[in-house]
Amino acid sequence: MSKDDTLQQVTTNLSDWYLSSRDRLTKASSPVFNAPRTEAIDHFRTLGIPGRGNENYLYTDVQKVFSQPYKRHIDPQKIIFSVEDLFHCDIPELDTELILLVNGWFYNNRPPLQILPNGIIYGSLAEAALRYPDMVKSHYTKYADHSTEGLVALNTAFARDGTFIYIPKNGGNEKAFQIVNILLSTEDLFVQHRNLVIVEEGAVARIVVCDHSLSALQYLTNSVTEIYVGKNAELHYYKLQNEHNLSNQFSSSYIHQERDSRVVFNTVSLHGGIVRNNVFVKLNGQGASNETLGLFLADQNQHVDNYTFVDHAEPDCTSSQNFKGVLDDQATGAFTGRILVRQDAQKTEAYQVNNNILLTDEAQMSTRPQLEIYADDVKCSHGATVGQLDENALFYLRTRGIDSREARLLLMHAFGHEILKQVSVKPLQERLEDLVDKRLRGELSRCNNCPVQCET
Amino acid sequence: MTEDRNKILHEVTQGEYKYGFVTDIEQDIIKKGLNEEVIRMISAKKKEPQWMLEFRLKAYLYWTTLKMPEWAHLKIPEIDYQDIIYYAAPKQQAKLNSLDEVDPELLKTFDKLGIPLDEQKHLTGVAVDAVMDSISVKTTFKETLAELGIIFCSFSEAILEHPDLVKQYMGSVVPYRDNYFAALNSAVFSDGSFVYIPKGVKCPMELSTYFRINAANTGQFERTLIIADEGAYVSYLEGCTAPMRDENQLHAAIVEIIVQADAEVKYSTVQNWYPGDKNGRGGIYNFVTKRGLCAGENSKISWTQVETGSAITWKYPSCILRGDNSSGEFYSVAVTNNHQQADTGTKMIHLGKNTKSTIVSKGISAGLSQNSYRGLVHVAKNADQARNFSQCDSLLLGDRCGAHTFPYIKVNNNSAIVEHEATTSRIGEDQIFYCNQRGIDTETAIGLIVNGYTKEVLNKLPMEFAVEAQKLLQISLEGSVG
Repeated sequence: MSKDDTLQQVTTNLSDWYLSSRDRLTKASSPVFNAPRTEAIDHFRTLGIPGRGNENYLYTDVQKVFSQPYKRHIDPQKIIFSVEDLFHCDIPELDTELILLVNGWFYNNRPPLQILPNGIIYGSLAEAALRYPDMVKSHYTKYADHSTEGLVALNTAFARDGTFIYIPKNGGNEKAFQIVNILLSTEDLFVQHRNLVIVEEGAVARIVVCDHSLSALQYLTNSVTEIYVGKNAELHYYKLQNEHNLSNQFSSSYIHQERDSRVVFNTVSLHGGIVRNNVFVKLNGQGASNETLGLFLADQNQHVDNYTFVDHAEPDCTSSQNFKGVLDDQATGAFTGRILVRQDAQKTEAYQVNNNILLTDEAQMSTRPQLEIYADDVKCSHGATVGQLDENALFYLRTRGIDSREARLLLMHAFGHEILKQVSVKPLQERLEDLVDKRLRGELSRCNNCPVQCET
Repeated sequence: MTEDRNKILHEVTQGEYKYGFVTDIEQDIIKKGLNEEVIRMISAKKKEPQWMLEFRLKAYLYWTTLKMPEWAHLKIPEIDYQDIIYYAAPKQQAKLNSLDEVDPELLKTFDKLGIPLDEQKHLTGVAVDAVMDSISVKTTFKETLAELGIIFCSFSEAILEHPDLVKQYMGSVVPYRDNYFAALNSAVFSDGSFVYIPKGVKCPMELSTYFRINAANTGQFERTLIIADEGAYVSYLEGCTAPMRDENQLHAAIVEIIVQADAEVKYSTVQNWYPGDKNGRGGIYNFVTKRGLCAGENSKISWTQVETGSAITWKYPSCILRGDNSSGEFYSVAVTNNHQQADTGTKMIHLGKNTKSTIVSKGISAGLSQNSYRGLVHVAKNADQARNFSQCDSLLLGDRCGAHTFPYIKVNNNSAIVEHEATTSRIGEDQIFYCNQRGIDTETAIGLIVNGYTKEVLNKLPMEFAVEAQKLLQISLEGSVG
């Protein structure tokens, strides 16, 4: 069967699954989720799973990932392990408001929604949609476009749970929010979660997302996150992907920014099978600024594909993307960055850089920095490089008595440091530096007290 | 000052096309439409051998299985391939021996184009093969070249007189299965130029082809094949114009270059097909496949293009760097105005060791035009120490046009170094202010800046063409350049 046929088959299977489970889905969910379902599945039927014919998915073999036989569940499954026993975030001094998702479901060991005295609400999106339907409804599906993206359509059709964070007007929290996505099961699993972050006007938030897989099984995650950042609000969002070679992840984040808002969105991919990160940014008000960063380290047969799309819809906005990659063994990497400057978005400043290091002859990197510009008073630039460590710098270190291996590690560390130094949550930054260092040394970069000795 | 600028930018859009005349010449035209019979007819008219006809039919059969690609950043109205005349030739009775026998109307046409076809212009030392509506009209300087063993003739002549060379190389760089338009061209191509430079020969003069679409409703499908044997060198120029017509005309050509060890080919194009009028009516669709193969060690291909014409330009002159130490260069200036669209760039495929490539692309968009750079740099697994540097700059004149950059970089070798840079900007107000301060009026200042901006590429053109290219920029960006 050809690849296209296989994908068509997968699309049909998933559509059929929707039909057979629709009643159970709708019965168990808030009307907010149910409203767009039919439309979403219709779009999914036409769009399908993106194949290689889709220019945006040119470098990722979606078919290979989706054609595996995963278990899928409409309802949360009983977890036979105690998550507390298995998982402790071991980042010292990282004191956070914790949200735990297990296999895409809010982990039901604490109240599904926490309401802090300062008006902040966080917890399960399913619960939020029941208790604050109007609040969720005014943002849900407003930014993630299920009419053009097949994977978003699929997620929207099946959406039931995920994380929810709400920061009221001019609000803020001393502690950062930490969302921990854990994959833990006794069978191969297909997971879809839906997340919503609302940062109201003038509010400030810091969010740390950690993706971990604790069982050495095949996983496929298709997650969608919608983020609204109001007027003059500020959000720092860090995503740490540290799974294993059998964990495949497609994550789509949609960031909607209003006037004078500031967002830093940083994705660090340390470990995973086939990882695809989509980041869509819409600068929807004058003076908004966005910084999207990424660092990825891949070895063995891993594949990391970062896709960013920044839409300058209004004048006077600035954006910058900086993605760096280190590829070892037979790893493959890809980067596509697209900047769209709309016709009247004058005085736009948009910059984009993608630098990559190939450590072996088998590693591959593909990069596509793209500018699409319809306004004339703009400053836009992009740059991309693919190369290896600077021989002169290596020589310099060698002359100072540092051996070749250490010198290489030092340079690679410095290469990644440019992205990591921008992490404003100090303990997290230190931990990331440490993880990257271990990762580069080839030591397993599992978080230390994870008892699952995943060898893959 | 902004108002001033706007005025000038407005004037820019008033640019006129000065090559828009129609030559009243007797044409040998076949019926509209494309089918097997038409291909047999073209082949028969050209008295081609059987193997050529078979090649055409194979290509046609393949073409019928294809769909027109849609990935480009272009809005292309649907093309009815049955509504095109696939063969139109100036009526020629007998083979001509001297210029006196050429139709005077035709000579007048080329005079207007400023092609150095007649004797007095021989002093300029350019050998010209002029192709009008698909048929090669006259090749000058043939004897001089023949003494050195250089073959420079029309493609049809080459098929008849040098069948071995044509058989060996035709389709070796751009196979008929390469893409939609390559298949179409392979099926219906009518003529073109053929160049063979033997071992160790440095061609003493610049070779040049001038293409012109004259007849209405015709497509032009020419094919150029350039072979530089070991140690050879040639500089080849190509220019094109077309009359002003309301309907669109299709131009789908193929250029193949084969460069053996230590040889070098420099290919320069000044493309000035009719771009359509101010409202976007008419104009040429310029969908061309150009590709060179650096087959031997130390070989070199250099593409230089100045693209000012065509309603839609869609082409990527490319280099396959197969020989070790071979190098490819691409220098491009693409200007779009009014409703013009361009999606152009290059592909550099690094296969051999120590291969180098340089890409310098300068886009200028004005009016309501859309100008895209699209390029691929591919470093294959065995291309150790491959090196690429790309620079793509876009200049926007006006706030209703677009400038886009879509580079693709694929690296499979860790000793490769690939760099890409791109910027998009408009002419800085401070730059204009600086000029104004020194008594240079705004119009001249814009001219100066655009000139300086494109200089890096124009400098790569042979003298003759550099002058013409500058003139073309003037026409395309009326008044503001000079």
